[in-house]
Amino acid sequence: MANSADAVDGHDLGDRHERYDLAVVGAGPAGLAAAAAAAEHGVRVALLDSAPWPGGQFYRQPAAELRASRPQALHHHWPAFQRLLARLDVARERVTLLADHHVWSVTGGSGAFAVRALTGPDQRQARQLTARQVLFATGAHERQLPFPGWTLPGVVGAGGAQAMLKAGLVLPGRHVVVAGSGPLLLAVASCLVTAGATVPLVAEAADYLGYARGARVLAANPGKLVEGAQHGATLLRHGVRLRPRTAVVAAHGTDRVEAVTLGRLDAAWRPVPGSEWRVPCDAVAVGHGLVPQLELPLELGCRTRRLPDGSAALVVDAAQRTSVPGVWAAGESTGVGGVQLAVTEGELAGLAVAGQTAAPRELLRRRARQRAFAELMAARHAPGGGWTQWLDDATEVCRCEEVTARQVRDAVSELGAPDQRTVKLLTRAGMGWCQARMCGPAVARLCGAHDDGAPTRPLSTPVPLGLLAECDTPAPPSEGAPDDHP
Amino acid sequence: MVVIGAGMIGAACADALARRGMRVAVLDRGPVVGGTTGAGEGNLLVSDKGPGPELELAVESLRLWRELAEDLGPRALEYEPKGGLVVARDRQAFTELQASARLQCLSGVTTVEVPADALGELEPHLAPGLAGGVHYPQDAQVQPALAAAALLRRARDTGRVHLLAATTVTGLSEGRVETDAHGTLLCASVVNAAGTWSGEIAALAGATLPVLPRRGFVLVTEPLPPLVRHKVYAADYVADVASGSADLQSSAVVEGTAAGPVLIGASRERVGFDRGLSVPVLARLAAQAAELFPALREVRVLRAYRGFRPYLPDHLPAIGPDPERPWLFQACGHEGAGIGLAPATARLVAQLLDGEQPFMDPAPFGPGRFGKEQA
Repeated sequence: MANSADAVDGHDLGDRHERYDLAVVGAGPAGLAAAAAAAEHGVRVALLDSAPWPGGQFYRQPAAELRASRPQALHHHWPAFQRLLARLDVARERVTLLADHHVWSVTGGSGAFAVRALTGPDQRQARQLTARQVLFATGAHERQLPFPGWTLPGVVGAGGAQAMLKAGLVLPGRHVVVAGSGPLLLAVASCLVTAGATVPLVAEAADYLGYARGARVLAANPGKLVEGAQHGATLLRHGVRLRPRTAVVAAHGTDRVEAVTLGRLDAAWRPVPGSEWRVPCDAVAVGHGLVPQLELPLELGCRTRRLPDGSAALVVDAAQRTSVPGVWAAGESTGVGGVQLAVTEGELAGLAVAGQTAAPRELLRRRARQRAFAELMAARHAPGGGWTQWLDDATEVCRCEEVTARQVRDAVSELGAPDQRTVKLLTRAGMGWCQARMCGPAVARLCGAHDDGAPTRPLSTPVPLGLLAECDTPAPPSEGAPDDHP
Repeated sequence: MVVIGAGMIGAACADALARRGMRVAVLDRGPVVGGTTGAGEGNLLVSDKGPGPELELAVESLRLWRELAEDLGPRALEYEPKGGLVVARDRQAFTELQASARLQCLSGVTTVEVPADALGELEPHLAPGLAGGVHYPQDAQVQPALAAAALLRRARDTGRVHLLAATTVTGLSEGRVETDAHGTLLCASVVNAAGTWSGEIAALAGATLPVLPRRGFVLVTEPLPPLVRHKVYAADYVADVASGSADLQSSAVVEGTAAGPVLIGASRERVGFDRGLSVPVLARLAAQAAELFPALREVRVLRAYRGFRPYLPDHLPAIGPDPERPWLFQACGHEGAGIGLAPATARLVAQLLDGEQPFMDPAPFGPGRFGKEQA
């Protein structure tokens, strides 16, 4: 390690770049709570996020120029968000909010991490800082399982539809079928009808009856029941039907989606032959749960575990420490569990970073309760292996590189490709712009896995080559580089 | 026959042996093309090799690659006979490059000297101010994972090859290969094509083979319209390949691909199997690429990947039987040239196994050249 270029880099950087005690990557609920808790105890924090405003996916805000009068109409827990922002404001001398900063790499080790980000118009400006510790609150992205016709305009991610609404107050269509699996679907449908769309139905691939088996966990999380009931009441009021064990098995249309075929599923998510029916619509909002976004911590070597739904999540201890010294994590990156768990974990992580070893009992109890609920949800909504039966040979699995289900299956059956990486090498699936964020879980599962895989991505976001070239600047201290390096 | 390793070398060996009528099991501890093959660029180069046995092997190998491309179809391999262009930054470098090209000519390499004012015709986007270059029409490109898979498929189509992935070799002795997943395999000979892990395989049989990993990073840009036509690199690359230094060396090889992205590779470091991201290494590759092609400066790097080249202390591969164990054939240690050298390596292995007169003298690749074995 002593003569590796990175160690040199990690040590030299500090003389010429901004220094912080803690860099929090991600300003969603977990990152906001962590930054607030740490700063309140004297820690100097840099809080970085790719979005122009803090809030993350959950508290996504409409652009100011849209002059939304009541953004909170589409948000639950808005007051909690306001409280977090107020706390950050009080601690503002110790918190530097770096919005519109896309972090592309974090390197180094405990005591000296180098955080590199891109900012500015078209992300063509570099910003570099060092931090003694790093906290990843990088959130999650949506898991997509493809179906014939899913590349038609009008088919959007469920989370994406919600984000469009929250950020731009734009509806994906007038008649929106909501489909996939997971608790997000109810929230999305509720959002859509509140904003004026009609939702012919919500197709949930899993069987909601399964929740009954987790009755004790449910009873311990009354807030979740209330939240579900609120969405349920909204949907009921608008006459939206929830169909469990149902999936969109095909979308139809020429220039744009015009209808979907729905089908009943068995317990393993296999479509039941003869059960199909057609529903007209002009948009489909679809998502099959959320997958933690882990490329930055994986590059640092953080250990992961598998959740019951097959997603990979960071292993953390009671204080939210990852397996790598100086690296912490909170929120969806430790396992998808929703906004309340994210805030709880953020608080605990922030306190621990600040050296507050005795965490409040109530917070610890809350985390245990909310984590149990998250694991229950992950188990209930774990994708069944039968979904691959609704793919036809021509269905594009990787949209960026236009790789079909047939090509992936050939790589598996003819060449014995056992995993997503090998399929990628043999077909280019996952080599394009999204770097397998969209197709990775589907390809992993087409290889016969019951999990999403966890591909590594040394660059977590594209970097202009000219800026990358400038990162090779281990200048000797004697040169006296200016402190106010941009 | 048992071939250990389902990368490029193992695939080529399995194919060559099966086509001679032998029954072959190909084992790999992981998936097919999971090691260096899956992390390489697919360079088929004569340009970077000085006169000597490796160049002789390369010239034959590139001829065999042309045959393979005709037989399997260039698309199956993404074979592109694009040629290489080595450029010199200054007069002195150009003089040295010209001298080395003349020597390469004597070994069957076609070289075309390109004066400074003619570089633009070959590569319109090349930086101005270079002293000149040498064009190597024989240099070519395959997509290594596809090429290895295509060879494995052709080998399997003979009906004499069994592929056993996810199978780790746990013991090795004359006539016997012990595995974790498929018990004991009985065989006449074993071909060790385990790449970076060949040293461990050799050790199972009690042999010494000092194969070490040499890390490399490759940058991949966003898809672009045709910008780079050849494999282009600066003349100092040739010096890097032969270097024994542990420190980072890199001289970017810049090339376009059929799929659109430009590949920039590859750095060379001896850091064991450290998978950690090294930003300064990526930065240096980027800087060198931008120096050759200033237009790349504005282009976005989409991804980077890393791999470990299997190298031996004298930078030559080990090909042939172990001196003490005539049943154990080594076919490994090709460093960054394994894709290019695979077909000729397989040919040499097959000829030696069959007791046939080899097409070249295999002595320089003799596995016995690394001294006495362990006690």
